[in-house]
Amino acid sequence: MLSKRIIPCLDVRDGKTTKGIKFKGNVDIGDPVEMARFYYEQGADEIVFYDITASSDHRDIMIDVVRRVAGEIFIPFSVGGGIRTLDDMRRVLLAGAEKVSVNTAAVQSPKIISDGARAFGSQCIVLGMDVKKVEASHKIPSGYEIVIHGGRTYTGIDALAWAKEAEGLGAGEICLNSIDADGTQQGYEMTLTPLISENVNIPVIASGGAGNINHIHDVLTKGKADAALVASIVHYGTYTIRQIKETLHARDVKVRMRW
Amino acid sequence: MIAIIDYKAGNLSSVERALKKLDFSCRITQSKEEILNCERIIFPGVGAAGKAMADLRQLGLDKVLKQAFEAHKPILGICLGAQIILEKSEENDAQCLGLIKGDVKLFPNPLFSEESERLKIPHMGWNGVHFLKRHPVLEGITPDDEFYFVHAYYPRPASDEYVFGTTCYGIEFPSIIGYKNLIAVQFHPEKSGPAGLRILKNFCTWNGRHAE
Repeated sequence: MLSKRIIPCLDVRDGKTTKGIKFKGNVDIGDPVEMARFYYEQGADEIVFYDITASSDHRDIMIDVVRRVAGEIFIPFSVGGGIRTLDDMRRVLLAGAEKVSVNTAAVQSPKIISDGARAFGSQCIVLGMDVKKVEASHKIPSGYEIVIHGGRTYTGIDALAWAKEAEGLGAGEICLNSIDADGTQQGYEMTLTPLISENVNIPVIASGGAGNINHIHDVLTKGKADAALVASIVHYGTYTIRQIKETLHARDVKVRMRW
Repeated sequence: MIAIIDYKAGNLSSVERALKKLDFSCRITQSKEEILNCERIIFPGVGAAGKAMADLRQLGLDKVLKQAFEAHKPILGICLGAQIILEKSEENDAQCLGLIKGDVKLFPNPLFSEESERLKIPHMGWNGVHFLKRHPVLEGITPDDEFYFVHAYYPRPASDEYVFGTTCYGIEFPSIIGYKNLIAVQFHPEKSGPAGLRILKNFCTWNGRHAE
């Protein structure tokens, strides 16, 4: 049976991770390549990089990071942030990423999903969705709305409808980020996640809200997620990826235990 | 020298990078001479069977692969490269290379787990392998190792004699198949961590024979 995936997420700005790993010795590793290797050796099933570099002049730095990561770790990894064109996708994939993720660009121009899927295959194209809970309405029947610009702009698009549309356009996977849960460490969004996951036939990665291993367990079982994104709880050393997987394994969640 | 066959079938650089990490020299090539003169061949592939076969034929590499197979060169098929070595594929109704008797099937849809949960297609992520037979390329791999899969079709050889390992995803399908000097894996060893690298390393030193 397929294993549930544990996926650390690294935010990268100008070639450096914005949250370094702080270990017992309080050593701060800000190098994304080093961090990726550390998580690879800890048993991460995949790694997500978000390039939050503001200036497009510095995009080549990210390509260099991707190339260096690809030479060091031999699990899939995806790159998101600032991907707007087929050419952006091609550069990242040729540098060695397995997948690219599109978010705002796909909302503004959904054709990027179908163009990307046609050019590189659906398995390469991840749709990143930032979602906020709103009052259910005629326009937003699910009660969850797509937001962009880091949650500042409401789009008037229903999250469930958008997930289905993106699947139809050829997205191979959805990374579902709850803006409400993000950063709270109070648990993943447990209504939204199964709603999306049960209504599409592509994998859903739950993102936002992990504060402890129970949260991860819940989203992978009751939440119907195929994978869980983790950030702060592994970056700050609250848990290692190994501890998370050992705990899940002991609680009968199928995870990859040998690496 | 190891030839990684280039027939526009997706991104080959990850296989190249993995071999480089393992200190084996390789070349991504579509040159017939280079392929026929190399020591061993890696035949990767991502994409659709119909397009892949059309590209192979256009480059004349379908015949080259058959020649190399008959010349006893060790060949490793990966992902789509583990499918189009069979006779035909349901995907695009493609006539394939026929190095192994059998065909390529689409996963049934809907597909359900043993717990009656609806399974998503493609089969994407980490899964294990149930090993049926020993093979030098699988040396050191244990039943607890898992591998990274991304596929909607699976190989179905005509006889169990070609099946070295199977994987469960709603159904039990052949995930490692082989015949003579050819071994092929449905998963991506270059993306499957240390266990995948071990398979690549084993292949790079395999003499193309196996005892069973």
